[in-house]
Amino acid sequence: MLKYVGKRLIQILILLVIYIAVIFFLLHAMPGGIKAMLTMNPNLTPQAREAILHAFGLDKSLWIQFLTYLKNVFTLNLGISFSFYPTPVWNIIAERLPRTILLFTTATLVSFFIGFSSGKSLAWKRGKASEYVATVIGVITYTVFTPLLIFVFIWFFGAYLGIMPINQFLNPDLWLKTNFTAQTIFLYLLLTISLVGAAMLAAFAVARKVSHKVKTRKIIFYTATAISSAFAVFWWAVSPYGIYGADILWHMVLPVLTVAVVSYAGTMLVMRDSMLETIKEDFITTARAKGLPDKVVRDKHAARTAMLPVITNFVLSMGFVVSGGVITESLFSWPGMGMTLLNATLGKDYPLASGALIFTGIFVLFAHLVVDIIYAFLDPRIRY
Amino acid sequence: MATKEIEGALESPLTIKMKLAWRSFKENWKIFSESKIGVLGLWIVIIFAIAGFIVYPILAATVWKPTLSGMVSYDPVTGYDFTQMLNPAPPSLHHLLGTDPLGRDVLAQLLYSTPREFALGILAALITVFIGTIIGTVSAYYGGAVDTFFMRLADLVLLFPFIPFLIVLSGMIQIDLFRLALIIGLISGFGGITIVLRSQAMIVKVKPFIESAKVSGASNPYLIVNHIIPNVMPLSFLYMMFNVTGAIFSEAVLSFFGLLNIKMSWGLMIYTADTAGYIVGSNIGHYWWLWLPPGAAITLLCGAFYFIGRGLDEVVNPRLRRR
Repeated sequence: MLKYVGKRLIQILILLVIYIAVIFFLLHAMPGGIKAMLTMNPNLTPQAREAILHAFGLDKSLWIQFLTYLKNVFTLNLGISFSFYPTPVWNIIAERLPRTILLFTTATLVSFFIGFSSGKSLAWKRGKASEYVATVIGVITYTVFTPLLIFVFIWFFGAYLGIMPINQFLNPDLWLKTNFTAQTIFLYLLLTISLVGAAMLAAFAVARKVSHKVKTRKIIFYTATAISSAFAVFWWAVSPYGIYGADILWHMVLPVLTVAVVSYAGTMLVMRDSMLETIKEDFITTARAKGLPDKVVRDKHAARTAMLPVITNFVLSMGFVVSGGVITESLFSWPGMGMTLLNATLGKDYPLASGALIFTGIFVLFAHLVVDIIYAFLDPRIRY
Repeated sequence: MATKEIEGALESPLTIKMKLAWRSFKENWKIFSESKIGVLGLWIVIIFAIAGFIVYPILAATVWKPTLSGMVSYDPVTGYDFTQMLNPAPPSLHHLLGTDPLGRDVLAQLLYSTPREFALGILAALITVFIGTIIGTVSAYYGGAVDTFFMRLADLVLLFPFIPFLIVLSGMIQIDLFRLALIIGLISGFGGITIVLRSQAMIVKVKPFIESAKVSGASNPYLIVNHIIPNVMPLSFLYMMFNVTGAIFSEAVLSFFGLLNIKMSWGLMIYTADTAGYIVGSNIGHYWWLWLPPGAAITLLCGAFYFIGRGLDEVVNPRLRRR
């Protein structure tokens, strides 16, 4: 297992270097790149021009420039943002990355869960009217122009019903008298989620070791999950941060809903196709012949087998979700990586834009790695 | 004499090919038309095509012709309406879908943009499919280092945050519609489509007729072009539909952010309304004609091509069929 993770890490490192090379090429070879921008002023004397090029290291050979850039990226030295001068790019990214991670991890999990369970029952209801309706709705939400969907949501929940916040990631009135930053809350939220996740994973592993009975395993798993979530909720309720955490979560509802609605159908359709193939297999007939209840055959025998292609698809959709994040974040004014990227590009803030692009890529690559490891857990045929 | 007569009675190879193609088209059409979703998509595309390619030129030449008094112009980019007091104006008899913040007719903009969206989507998809088919078949046929290289490249492209990349790129170079189609086509041509077409070509490659063609002395390029590519063509065609969706969507997103160097498009219509402050907060419900028609048009056209893709899926993948 460790060997496999190590191998994947090395592969990811290579991919990352290629990715950075592409971005470096973009920065330096494009007509509007960094060199053109620095020496754009026609009043510059040749000496001043030389001095600028020398000061930024642009007079060196391209190869050396690339190596320097690579070194800087890996030491998190991404330069100084133009639009937030003199804040280093890394500080801005470190501030915004947790927000994106929190939003998209939640949204991805929600959409995966909805897609998985709806795809499962769709295949089971093959040929009925409900299958047809659900497929059409799924395809429409899958291809909907995301800004349109967001406008409809904002109009309906924010303006018409007036029950949801329509922009920003927190309520400024509430935060006025605090002496800590939103950053702290985001980090605590992320910590809570990962701790609960780790507790669930540990409970799963322990349950597998302790008992062979499905029922006992289930009891252990669900009790551990309930206890750890109850403990998390209790901690938030008692701590002074509670209300602020709730505020952020409240502002997260609409963005998460948007991402989930847009991306659940991808999972659903793949799950449906994969289930349709699995249902034809002999072991499903056997399970039915044994007289097992329909639900057991569907959930235990068919869905588990059909799940693997869905996870592959999930990996592929990761890049799509992060790309879509630019739209979601900028329309809900959620100051994460996507919005930073867009604003930096519009403001010609090259260091920040390229830094944000690099870290978006790293985020996708690591999500890829995590899903790969989960895959190895789920598929007993994969052994390392 | 006798052979001449027989030869004369025989149909030429071209007519036979045409007849065969027609027959397989009829068969596939039968399967395709059974999937309601595909037919629905086809109808939507046809309606959009009629609206953009036929209705708009006619309207522009007749009803929307600039009058001598010059009070009202229906030009999608430079139009205005001096008889209107306030812009944006809600839908009325003169402007069926109202006017935008600059006094231009929304319906005219909508129809004017339609052929451009088609051109962009189809050009990008053609480039994608062209590259994907060639690379997919070549790497399946030759295998080895070529195969490994292109497959790793495809992995990289699949992980690529595509829209963020296009956004940063648009900050560096001026992207117009043609360039955008080129960029989208080039990038996605090396991506997922290569993997799919390669695995299809792997199946074709080991079939007996390839062996017999080899024995008859066919060269490698001849085999790829004449025997493998025709057999992966249906799948390429299917992926072309999905790529049209992707290209139109990307264009809409980029022009919605105002990053493209174009005069008019559906995304730009929403951008104009958004930057003028008509889609902020509670305004959103009052000025529905500014964002709903272009947004719905993007959704419908993207969806329609995707529907066609789903319908074709049943033709190409027999295992998905009902029977």
